[in-house]
Amino acid sequence: MDERKIRVVVAKPGLDGHDRGAKVVARALRDAGMEVIYTGLRQTPEQIVETVLQEDADAVGISILSGAHTFYFNKIIDMLKEKDASDVIVFGGGVIPDADIPGLLEAGAGAVFGPGTPTPECVEWLEKAVAEKRSKE
Amino acid sequence: MSSEYKDAKAKFEASVAKVLQRNKERKENFTTGGGLPLERFYGPDSLPSADYVKDVGFPGEYPFTRGVQPTMYRGRFWTMRQYAGFATAEESNERYRYLLSQGTTGLSVAFDLPTQIGYDSDDPMAQGECGKVGVAIDSLRDMEILFDQIPLNKVSTSMTINAPASVLLAMYICVGEKQGVPMDALSGTIQNDILKEYIARGTYIFPPKPSMRLITDIFGFCSENVPKWNTISISGYHIREAGSTAAQEVAFTLADGIAYVEAAKQKGLDPNVFGERLSFFFNAHNDFLEEVAKFRAARRMWARIMKERFGVTNPKAQMLRFHTQTGGSTLTAQQPENNIVRVTMQALAAVLGGTQSLHTNSMDEALALPSEKSVGIALKTQQIIAYESGVANTVDPLGGSYVIENLTEEIEKKAFEYIGQIDDMGGMLVAIEKGYVQKHIQDAAYEYQRSVESKQAIVVGVNQFQIEENRGEMNLLTVDSSVGERQIAKLRELRESRDNIAVKNSLEDIKKAAGDESENLMPHIIKAVRNYATEGEICGVLRNVFGEYTENIVL
Repeated sequence: MDERKIRVVVAKPGLDGHDRGAKVVARALRDAGMEVIYTGLRQTPEQIVETVLQEDADAVGISILSGAHTFYFNKIIDMLKEKDASDVIVFGGGVIPDADIPGLLEAGAGAVFGPGTPTPECVEWLEKAVAEKRSKE
Repeated sequence: MSSEYKDAKAKFEASVAKVLQRNKERKENFTTGGGLPLERFYGPDSLPSADYVKDVGFPGEYPFTRGVQPTMYRGRFWTMRQYAGFATAEESNERYRYLLSQGTTGLSVAFDLPTQIGYDSDDPMAQGECGKVGVAIDSLRDMEILFDQIPLNKVSTSMTINAPASVLLAMYICVGEKQGVPMDALSGTIQNDILKEYIARGTYIFPPKPSMRLITDIFGFCSENVPKWNTISISGYHIREAGSTAAQEVAFTLADGIAYVEAAKQKGLDPNVFGERLSFFFNAHNDFLEEVAKFRAARRMWARIMKERFGVTNPKAQMLRFHTQTGGSTLTAQQPENNIVRVTMQALAAVLGGTQSLHTNSMDEALALPSEKSVGIALKTQQIIAYESGVANTVDPLGGSYVIENLTEEIEKKAFEYIGQIDDMGGMLVAIEKGYVQKHIQDAAYEYQRSVESKQAIVVGVNQFQIEENRGEMNLLTVDSSVGERQIAKLRELRESRDNIAVKNSLEDIKKAAGDESENLMPHIIKAVRNYATEGEICGVLRNVFGEYTENIVL
């Protein structure tokens, strides 16, 4: 069993100012024993990917409630690939219509959590995903 | 209390004790959603104040606990004002004209994020965001389209715009000019409340000091030239959405209000004059009794603050007039039709709290921007409350209720405690800088999330009474991703056809005025807007002079 703490970046891309969800999730992940780096608002995809690499994060959680989710998920996933970091787990949440979720998963997101998701569900999913990722390292 | 009452009450309590031996109550302690204790029973002996005239009083009279007008909704209903806007000016104009045809009585403009943060649609920062959460406005040309065939002397318009509020107000004034409506005939509201952007909403541009100057410049300009305009809407809405309790919502909003009054006084403005044009904006959540009490408490507190703290004698400047929106964060993605019921209760609380205008949320807002059908139901909800429920036919119908008067006092007490702490720290600007306000809100948000997860708080359809559902049948509104491209093409055409020398000169004037604190920026911004300078160009100049705010991250 890998004893390294899970490192996760919680990111707010773009101009969206709704940070309640991002902060609640960040705290829940932290309370579950993970090391959480919260980026704050108005991050460009470049800044987010830079933070992920610098922090040597296992995963990045993206929170968007402005409707710009498809644009930002795709951009961040593509940039991670370009930087040879496609093993970083990408997940997220926000106000995201059901119809858009398959597209995000296809692009490479591991999971998209909608409003009302209990935080333990997020935590469990991420623990499992990171364990799987590390088993391949 | 009479001895007859005391005897009867003692008897009642004895019988309750017997009942409790047989059947325990559902919980050991009952509280409001915001954690205020609730007694089993309130009676005449639990009325908080013996001094009715001083603490409760009459509607339309200080301290306005029972409402700001003597006849309230017997005179006229609240303004039914639905917040709307998406995609381009053309599409939003169509939605506004639909809403007006359906009986909405005031417009409320939602701008997209680039517009709210002072970026033109062709700015790299605007990528992916154009037209998403509101309408994209780059220049006066877009604004002319937005209000096409809508006479500005007949509607009142509220604009949710903060950091660049001066620019959008200038555009509205210029559209008025083109329609032949003078400034002093325009009525409406700009949100213009930057402090809650730092705390809870996130669409700031400049640091606090120049932001406060932009706000007080608007106060000064409008007092003289646009006297019917509400120059600010001091907003608790977003503070509550970010997770605060009801008492915190009141406390932090009024503390923001105090900061604005102090800033304007420092500029030499008279609170008896600009105080008349201050307006407020609150949330309406589910805990019905606490919400009704919250609105009443806020009204009484502001009257006391204006009178006792600022020496305001003009009753119109003591009155807290407010808009209400039902609580977006209370809506669930699960079983979205249930949201119609939540919105109904919240709207009823706002009406029983004496709101001046109301936005009712649409049932699909946890999923996407609202569709036309769900917006229609939301508006009808208000009409049913107004015309069918009967609650609008007498003033402040819950006034005098033992529990409501009690909660009104409890919220006032709690909120004044927070305001006292903020005063001790040196005021709201310092409290924000230190992260005090943000921390309180986040703690409350996290606590609420945990109470839902532990089922101490029940949300129907989310943590209890769930059903299998297929949401595929909902007709959601999607914004065409070509909006950005269309706006960029319009901007290119604008930059080729306008008088670019006039634009350059007027931007130069803004730069000079921005560097001189004794200048009022408004006339300069109006001139630039009239020359079709874009919003991004004007904010760009101000960014260069004022600098940009960087978030103080509190987690």
